[in-house]
Amino acid sequence: MYALYLKIFKYLSLPKWIGIITWPVIPFIGIAALMVLMVLFLVLLERKFLALLTIRKGPNRVGPNGLFQTVADAIKLLFKEDIIPANANKILFTIAPVIFFFPVMAVYGLIPFAHNWVAINASCGLILMLAISSISILGLLSAGWASNNKYSMLGAMRAVSQAISYELPLVLSALSVVVLSGTMNLNKIALGQESIFEWYIFPSVLGFLIFLICTLAELNRVPFDLPEAESELVSGYNTEYSGMKFALFFLAEYAALFIYSALIATLFLGGYSSPLGGYILSFIPYVKKVVFFEQAFWLMSKTFAIILLIMWIRATLPRLRADQLMSFSWKFLLPLSFLNLLFVALLKYFIG
Amino acid sequence: MVTEELKINIGPQHPSTHGVLRLVADLDGEYIKDIEAKIGYLHRGMEKLAESRNYHQYLPMVDRIDYLSGFFNSASFCYAVETLADIKVPKRAEYLRLITMELNRIASHLLWLGSLLLDLGATSPLFYCLREREEILKILENLTGQRMMYNYYCFGGVRKDMPDGWLASVRDFCESFPAKVDDYEKLITENPIFVARMKGVGIITPEIAMDFGITGANLRASGIKFDARKNMPYGVYKDFNFDVPTHEDGDCYARYQIRLLEMRESCNLIQKAISRIPGGAAEKLKVKRTNCGCNKPECAFCGDDTKVFFKKTNPLTLKIPTSEVTTFVESSRGLSLCYVRANGTNMPDRVKWRTPSFSATQLLPELCKGGLYADIMAILGSLDIVLPEVDR
Repeated sequence: MYALYLKIFKYLSLPKWIGIITWPVIPFIGIAALMVLMVLFLVLLERKFLALLTIRKGPNRVGPNGLFQTVADAIKLLFKEDIIPANANKILFTIAPVIFFFPVMAVYGLIPFAHNWVAINASCGLILMLAISSISILGLLSAGWASNNKYSMLGAMRAVSQAISYELPLVLSALSVVVLSGTMNLNKIALGQESIFEWYIFPSVLGFLIFLICTLAELNRVPFDLPEAESELVSGYNTEYSGMKFALFFLAEYAALFIYSALIATLFLGGYSSPLGGYILSFIPYVKKVVFFEQAFWLMSKTFAIILLIMWIRATLPRLRADQLMSFSWKFLLPLSFLNLLFVALLKYFIG
Repeated sequence: MVTEELKINIGPQHPSTHGVLRLVADLDGEYIKDIEAKIGYLHRGMEKLAESRNYHQYLPMVDRIDYLSGFFNSASFCYAVETLADIKVPKRAEYLRLITMELNRIASHLLWLGSLLLDLGATSPLFYCLREREEILKILENLTGQRMMYNYYCFGGVRKDMPDGWLASVRDFCESFPAKVDDYEKLITENPIFVARMKGVGIITPEIAMDFGITGANLRASGIKFDARKNMPYGVYKDFNFDVPTHEDGDCYARYQIRLLEMRESCNLIQKAISRIPGGAAEKLKVKRTNCGCNKPECAFCGDDTKVFFKKTNPLTLKIPTSEVTTFVESSRGLSLCYVRANGTNMPDRVKWRTPSFSATQLLPELCKGGLYADIMAILGSLDIVLPEVDR
């Protein structure tokens, strides 16, 4: 691919160094495009899926079957007046959505979409990913504090306490996968689960469940959507936001939904590897080289299975109370994740 | 570390205050130190307006006191005027009143269930509840021409007989409805998060309930078996045998269970009333009347019982001599009381409403104190308050 790319520059009689410099940037552009498209699609998917579950039709006016509804919403948000409350801390208020947004975007570079198709192939990708994504909570806190609104403040406080208490079981259950695979590189973790029987969900099923629950909490989704509980805190930390700033929060939330689901798929469900045992494309001559398309397809289908599960949970469950949320994490999930880690370690030691 | 209490203003335009209730809460973190309910944003002067209108002009306004269950207040006022003016009501009209009131009770409880779950953060039950409520509203619209403010009862009966096929549609609904309630129970009752949010929250002891004058399902959830339909029967309720469900716990979960049971019981009551309504379905009654044609008052097809009113009253000539009366109706929210004092003209001298939501709102601070912020929504939702009824 690299040689092909440089050839284009040769044919266009452009200097070669431009090609050398721009080559590493291309994956990031691809990932940014993927993220925006994914969010546009996810919002529509969620609305359509929830409509299906609650006997409605969902958006069906803009474009065929409401396909361009989110595009219309995005355009509306772009042209809306950008209101900053009079007593808000203007700098922090402006910066908060960006702080919330950029870690989610950065994390996109760490997910292997196919074999070696990863923008940053870091050897400790898993830990790096969890570390970067927990920065975004600072964005929530500053948004809540800067808006000078009591509802926002309460929402931000809830968000921070929730994120801190659910980070621990999240990391511990991710560690069980690290123990099983012996590496923190997400690409190698996916490689270690070539066939369906090697998926880490089977030895570490508890870890999978804990990771899923903590993901819901990290994403502030039902039943852990306390920071933006509509019936309690109006809209939580983004009560005062409007226009593009609000859109950034919205974008980041859905982008995080996708990336966490992709992470679950990579850690527990074999990542980009095929559940059939081998890739269909690799048996057909001439198309062997594009087997990564099939790998990306498998990752996407696993990711969307998780996303639909999360949306289904949203349609089913009510919201937890703040104290129940805390005690559930500290008194139940944390001991359970330690237990799971111990079990997995013993399994690895004795069985191999 | 220095901490300070946060004074937070919930409402009057908050998503979960069910209208325009304003709560001023002192929060210590997530805990509630003190809470105060401010009402009056929807005050329309229903009682004073009565004094400058004649009885017929006031009757349509009465539906607006509680917009979710308009029939009950209408019935209460009708019973009051009928008692004062000594107007007799035919049996068929009373049965129609019973059927419509019970349908209205189910519709009101359905909306309560949906909005309670919405307050707790579950969105989909609302849509399922609205689906069934829509069926009821269609049935009632078919009968009265209105979806919410029915204005169907008149002094001495109901405005018109039911349309053809109406009774069959009610029967169809009653047959399909219990299965739907089973669906809700599957989705909600055993849900661990729902149980954790509702059990042991907002406990109303029988003493508190009696001190604050709580009535309706909230009272029955505290273990006191009081139902105006049973204890001081009006209309044709005394002809029916029905259960009054009670619960010992008095918490939000008990109130939820009681209301679900009430929906089932109302459904049974409607089914019984359909089978026993004098004259039967309208389309058959017409044929039987044509064939009979005897016009004797004791006839089963064209007698007094099968009429929907004996004689329509005239707004100008309905002058009630100086007297007063108090009527009770068990509305979907509790005991709805109507006091009417007449002064010999065609306008009432004084009309006083005692509405169950008002008492329940007084209790709100008592229940919320010391609880968590999120409990406000569970308690407020479970009490089933309708703000126009509080403010009148």
